[in-house]
Amino acid sequence: MRSVPPNEQAANAPTAPQPLMAVRDVYKTYTLKKGQTLKAVDGVSFTIMPGEVLGLVGESGCGKSTLGRCLLRLSDVSAGQIVFEEQNITHLPERTLRALRPRMQMVFQDSYASLNPRRRIGDLLAEPLRVHRTPEGTRRNSATIAHRLTELMELVSLPHTALERYPHEFSGGQRQRINIARALVLAPRLIVADEPVSALDVSVQAQIVNLFADLQKHLGLTYVFIAHDLAVVRQISTRVAVMYLGVIVELGETDTVLHNAAHPYTIALTQAVPRPVVGAARPAPLRGEIPSPVNKPSGCRFHTRCPAVQPRCQNEAPALRQIAPGHEVACHYPVLK
Amino acid sequence: MIMPLLRRLGQTVFVLFGISALVFTVFFATPGADPTARIAGRNAAPQTMEKVRKEYGFDRPLPVQYAIMMKKLFITRDLASYANRGELVVPEIMRAAPVTLSLVTGAAIIWVVLSIAMGVIAAAFKDSWIDRGLMILGLVGISIPVFWLGQVVNLITQNRYHDTWLFSWVPGLGYVPFSQSPSGWFLALVIPWCVLAVMFVGIYSRILRADLVAIMGEDFIRTARAKGLSPTRVLLRHGLRTALITFVSLFGMDFAQLVGGGALLTEVVFGLPGVGRLTYQALNSLDLPLIMATVMYSAVFVVLANALVDAAYLFLDPRVRDVG
Amino acid sequence: MLANTPAPPLLEVRDLCVSFTSRGQVIPIVENISFSIGDREILGLVGESGSGKSITAMALMGLIDAPGVHVTGSARFRGRDLLALPDRQLRALRGREVAMIFQDPMTAFTPVYTIGWQIDEQLRVHQRLSRRQARARTVELLGEMGVPDPANTANRYPHQLSGGLRQRAMIAMALSCNPSLLIADEPTTALDVTVQAQILELMRNLRTTYGSSVLLITHDMGVVAETCDSTLVLYSGRVAETGTTRDLFAHPQHPYTAALLASIPPMSGPRPDRLPAIPGGPPQPMERPVGCAFAPRCAHTHATCLPAPPPRFCTVGPGHTVACVLPAEGAPLPPRSGSSTSPVL
Repeated sequence: MRSVPPNEQAANAPTAPQPLMAVRDVYKTYTLKKGQTLKAVDGVSFTIMPGEVLGLVGESGCGKSTLGRCLLRLSDVSAGQIVFEEQNITHLPERTLRALRPRMQMVFQDSYASLNPRRRIGDLLAEPLRVHRTPEGTRRNSATIAHRLTELMELVSLPHTALERYPHEFSGGQRQRINIARALVLAPRLIVADEPVSALDVSVQAQIVNLFADLQKHLGLTYVFIAHDLAVVRQISTRVAVMYLGVIVELGETDTVLHNAAHPYTIALTQAVPRPVVGAARPAPLRGEIPSPVNKPSGCRFHTRCPAVQPRCQNEAPALRQIAPGHEVACHYPVLK
Repeated sequence: MIMPLLRRLGQTVFVLFGISALVFTVFFATPGADPTARIAGRNAAPQTMEKVRKEYGFDRPLPVQYAIMMKKLFITRDLASYANRGELVVPEIMRAAPVTLSLVTGAAIIWVVLSIAMGVIAAAFKDSWIDRGLMILGLVGISIPVFWLGQVVNLITQNRYHDTWLFSWVPGLGYVPFSQSPSGWFLALVIPWCVLAVMFVGIYSRILRADLVAIMGEDFIRTARAKGLSPTRVLLRHGLRTALITFVSLFGMDFAQLVGGGALLTEVVFGLPGVGRLTYQALNSLDLPLIMATVMYSAVFVVLANALVDAAYLFLDPRVRDVG
Repeated sequence: MLANTPAPPLLEVRDLCVSFTSRGQVIPIVENISFSIGDREILGLVGESGSGKSITAMALMGLIDAPGVHVTGSARFRGRDLLALPDRQLRALRGREVAMIFQDPMTAFTPVYTIGWQIDEQLRVHQRLSRRQARARTVELLGEMGVPDPANTANRYPHQLSGGLRQRAMIAMALSCNPSLLIADEPTTALDVTVQAQILELMRNLRTTYGSSVLLITHDMGVVAETCDSTLVLYSGRVAETGTTRDLFAHPQHPYTAALLASIPPMSGPRPDRLPAIPGGPPQPMERPVGCAFAPRCAHTHATCLPAPPPRFCTVGPGHTVACVLPAEGAPLPPRSGSSTSPVL
């Protein structure tokens, strides 16, 4: 299967500020038993500007979580290039990478599994401060650490007493606050959040979404926000990338992608979100199911379910191309309004 | 279907090679121990020593020695034990194998039937006195050493109460081949079967009960109940059937190691001339050829059983079938 | 749900309580839940985790058998009380008259049998059918649920199917004996949105094609709005508000319902700077306040909310009741803005 060539023009567009992270033609391939290969990420390129929130949406098997792990080199990349703060980190050895870790952090979905149940919150949060040196190369003393922990608790709106307690003593929402605090310990620039609110109750979800938004504003953070919930992504993101079976099919400003979508998949996806409004127009749902990522369709990966499929789509994979400034679509026949 | 089988066969050969090489290294290639003297026996005449050295190639490089050993074991099958007056080793094992197989198969049938019954009943009456009683019984079974139980049973059935109506049918210790007298075979083995099975009944019933209790909390059991199935059907067709996957894999390994000589204590206690007892004798007299042969025999069985367990897995668990 | 229907409803639940005893202490899980479902009605039971919505369903199906759990109240289904029925009779009803589907269709099928085997099993338990007849019906059912190539799919194992197909098979199994009531516990939560839309459409069509009523349990207000005729909002094991879905979404009268709806990020219109979040989290059953359970998180809490017993139900419209003191005190919540009209994308 031919891969989608990266849109060089888009990736290298001469913009004034330097991107915080540039992803060029990244692949992540897994070899399965029986000699099959699973191309979880199948040629993805984009850039993230400082202070931006890039929402990464898609359904199961689209590769959004794998991509998220690749961005932080928590998974190795099979091919392509990832540049973070103008440094190519694609093949950096683990030792060198460790020095960069403080500046790029991850928040996961399962708030409980990512916290060691036998350690107090204070210990959990203090550990990175003890392990990593300050940017000036000195070790932190206990007073500095204590001060930082107090600061963190305020940032994520948890009582100071939380530091003395264990993970199981908290509710899901509070644990997610702790996870966020942990990601923030060393003042990162980039946070990749993988479905950070999808395990939470609806009434708690909004608190955490607000927390993410507040922190982003106050600390000037940059997020890659991975979620399957389009409404949440719409709320928090400045730009949105829609993925389908390992590739980005549409990328652009949040309002453009969600309300002026040009890719039939994006349109179907936004329409499928159930709205808490009675009598909302209900377009016919998309036919069929997501094909297996091991056996992707030829040509455009979406052609098996696309309501506007053309003969060309079955053979020729569309490249991600710019159809308006800052709006990229991988479709031969984009829907233009 | 052919490829997985071939792959399996390749693995089997590789494992057997590994085991044989290891055993060979330990007993024949350990520096400081002269295998010639060991095989020929203590105070052997120089001519015998020379003959043994020639025959086994102990004056040649190690790989050649290994090859000769394997040839004598598997191809010419004339590996002989000098310590035991030149007795051929392979036929000796072939004579012992049916004894062990008879003992272990019978015990296995008893322990499978009993442990399934006990495990299922205990799980069905979870936390009741029936459950507790059965599980304590199981624990008792596990804690009784098989040789002690055997001795006590022997004492009762052979000695003290042998002449009472209850145990007068019990034949003397020893083995009666099936071909000679099926009823004699059965009578000679029925007590060893039960004694050998006791510990396994304990282990398997407890494992099965724990497995079943865990499975009964699964979503699919809830579905089965929501379908309106009877509790018995839910427990047996949905619960037990799923629990059998673990059960069978355990069973395969235990069965194999028993056939391979693990029933040693039972065989010794009841005077059954099986493979376990043979191994025991071989180790006692440091009869190198016999040790080599019994270990290889045991390895063959374990590897074979492993393959069978995997096949059973394929049969029992459709999820494994697709990964394979 | 409609108050004036003369015929008795299909299912009428009165004062359902579920509690369990732990260390001598009685912990109420579900308290005094009452509702009814009419013929071909879809009732949505909404709530967060711990609100008792799944427990309610399990209690109705008689599937709670943990030691120490106590179920009281009544659930009259076609004149018979499900909660008082002897085991054997309940079993005959289960799967035939009242069927249930579950959240995760992966774990809800027994992994070692084919989908077809499991549907056949249910058919043959309740109806006199030969193996062959049962299979024919199974294949027919799978086809009706939109499963492609039903004859072959019937011979596949659960793990070999996609999530959407598994859920279709699960629904086919539940409908196999033409139940008059289908209880669906979070049937689309484990599915992708595009597949969820398909399954919801299928569920909406059930009442016309199968004449079934549906009790749809979900945490997703969007799913309720799109699928249910009436809605019952649970909070911490108690009913907060019930009414027709249209009324309830247009004018939620319980502060919890209103706050919950407001906290959902909108898919259209302007994006709020911050979401109007509800502070705190739902209480644990043993820490449930004696008065209104929502009071500690409510923006309208005042002195009358706190003491026991919890607020009584107040009828605010036809079939629309709310467990809150505000309407009775003459200070009802304002209608929800921009909800009655259906905004386009």
